Amino acid sequence: MSQLDSLNPSAIPAQDEALRHEVRAFLTEAMRGVPAHVRARSWMGYDPAFSRELGRRGWLGITFPPAYGGAGRSAFARYVLVEEFLNFGAPVGSHWIADRQSGPLLLKYGTEAQKQRYLPAICRGEAFYCIGMSEPGSGSDLASVRTRAVPNDAGWLLNGQKIWTTNAHNCHYMIALVRTSGEAGDRQKGLSQVIVDLSLPGVTVRPITDQSGDSHFCEVFFDNVQLGPDALVGDEGGGWDQVTAELAFERSGPERLYSSIALFDEWLAYVRTPQGRTPQAQRLAGKILSQLAPLRAMSVAITEKLTLGESPVVEAALVKDLGTGVEQLIPAAIADDLFSREAADVPAELLNTLNYITQVAPSYSLRGGTRDILRGMIARGLGLR
Amino acid sequence: MDDLFADAVKALLTDQCTPAVVRAIEAGQPHAPLWQALEDSGFVDALVPESAGGAGLALADVYAVLELCGSFAVPVPLGETLLARGLLAHAGVSAPAGSVVLGTGQLASDGRLHCTQVRCAAKADWVLVSCGGACHLLPMASAHMQVAGFCLDAQLSWPQTAWDQAQQVPGAHDLVTLQAALYAAQLAGALMAVFSRTLHYANDRQQFGKPIGKFQAIQHQLSVMSEHAFAARMAAQLGLRTEGAVPDRLRVAMAKARTSEAALEVAGLSHSIHGAIGFTREFDLQLYTRRLHAWRQAAGSESYWHDVLGQALLDSPEPLSLELIRTLTDVVV
Repeated sequence: MSQLDSLNPSAIPAQDEALRHEVRAFLTEAMRGVPAHVRARSWMGYDPAFSRELGRRGWLGITFPPAYGGAGRSAFARYVLVEEFLNFGAPVGSHWIADRQSGPLLLKYGTEAQKQRYLPAICRGEAFYCIGMSEPGSGSDLASVRTRAVPNDAGWLLNGQKIWTTNAHNCHYMIALVRTSGEAGDRQKGLSQVIVDLSLPGVTVRPITDQSGDSHFCEVFFDNVQLGPDALVGDEGGGWDQVTAELAFERSGPERLYSSIALFDEWLAYVRTPQGRTPQAQRLAGKILSQLAPLRAMSVAITEKLTLGESPVVEAALVKDLGTGVEQLIPAAIADDLFSREAADVPAELLNTLNYITQVAPSYSLRGGTRDILRGMIARGLGLR
Repeated sequence: MDDLFADAVKALLTDQCTPAVVRAIEAGQPHAPLWQALEDSGFVDALVPESAGGAGLALADVYAVLELCGSFAVPVPLGETLLARGLLAHAGVSAPAGSVVLGTGQLASDGRLHCTQVRCAAKADWVLVSCGGACHLLPMASAHMQVAGFCLDAQLSWPQTAWDQAQQVPGAHDLVTLQAALYAAQLAGALMAVFSRTLHYANDRQQFGKPIGKFQAIQHQLSVMSEHAFAARMAAQLGLRTEGAVPDRLRVAMAKARTSEAALEVAGLSHSIHGAIGFTREFDLQLYTRRLHAWRQAAGSESYWHDVLGQALLDSPEPLSLELIRTLTDVVV
């Protein structure tokens, strides 16, 4: 509890805020005419050319040191960039995970050789990453993973299976949590992270179609995949602690409050028209805004903690759980508003966006940890466990 | 600066504003000793310029003190008077001795000035009344008073001559927004008090052979309480972040709406976790949860302020709601 007491309003430094103007000018052009139901996909949208363009402009890996292709900027600089990407609904899914967490993970735990090998391509928007955590028998109970990397003369021999891996079919690399010693019963002990080139023989990736008709999640099979000795990321046996630190990056970002923002803005455009404006809609607009704004302030406060080198794991879980609530309220409440009206003059594009967000909204409360897991983490932070 | 100030206020309230004192004052025992202790400390003049004998603090600097008014269930109008003295000082009016509360009035056909519900009026000396765009300072001594709603709140009326003869405060003053900023901060304090008391109780109370806080269902309810309490606290802090002498109306709208929503959630969960004991007068929880409901109602409930925010959002020409979100939350250090 005491660690949460210090979540106070934080300022985005002026030099980082200054990026907003430049990136917004670019996005205004790049996103012109893109319909809302496409923008609604944002970090679920795959567009390698767009990622390379962002890389060319120096907007990927912006927090990495210049020696590895980055700009050496603070977490606030990245916050401003991704807040704009998300609010414009830019298709940033290709590089999203690499920029958000795989790159920072390699930077923190990787060897010098690994950093030089992998990070510049992330900054150029040419190398895309996915996260190998869940397995068919290991979801919320992540410490029970069974995929195993066994040391051999050539390095590590990888066997097993990952599932619910976002974007694996479009990625070049996976950083996977695997067992390198002991048995499943040893839990957090004996787990390590390895980087897997997904083009290696023995790797099979199969997309899973979700209820919206899109395919983000994948199954990934490893059948005697031979990894080099330099595939290990960080310490052998240190995988659990590394994954925990990584999840603070995964859960704290602005993508945890803006998932439904394209729908909210599209609905607002309709409600601003003379036929769309009603007192009920006005009140609902204010309700959603009053929930989103404090979350944004909390997200900025967490970013400040990241810039100070802290790992605000509990605060991030708190913001994500609360953010999910607003993100899922938006499609539910907007549907109620639109279909409580007598007149049926609602634009088709708004209905299509509502339909997409309604179908994809259940994913908000499972990706990055289910609500139950997040609340358990908060309870631990409160000293209840 | 403000932390030292808040620490001193906290020490005083810990000593002088115990749950027993709150109970006694609510039951009609004299409130003068507590008020005098607060007056003697000088905290009530926090917003008064140093040239006029005050501490010369800015609104954002007094957030912590206003939050403490909530977390200690202060049963005298400390927050109200602190804000009123700041307003009076900036308007060039010397504050009267004693406490001041804030109200909105109407001159009715019966020839009297009516204020339907004035918060903490039962323990106040003066009322700053806004009516028809003007603001006058009226004495409680000449008011007709009837307790209304929460036990410290009252309906007031005066003959119109009292309004006409009262000290006029020059300028236009938005007392509702000022009060909403106050009650948002007090709600944030009371929310934290209720949350930490409930956490403590869950660690203490044993059932089925272990503390109830060991059960996952209770842990998750406490986690949800903490989410609301911390989001509300962030919103309430932003409600007082302003460059000027008066709070920003839209930030206050966010602050009061979010804290009021949280009040309902947190009050409900805290009573659910406490079971029957939390419903008793003897147990302290009620001192804070009754205030959560009272302050949620004070100066506009969540829907009142949702309307204000919604209107601003719909009147904005910006296609991205992010613009207003940033306006509400960006701060400078």
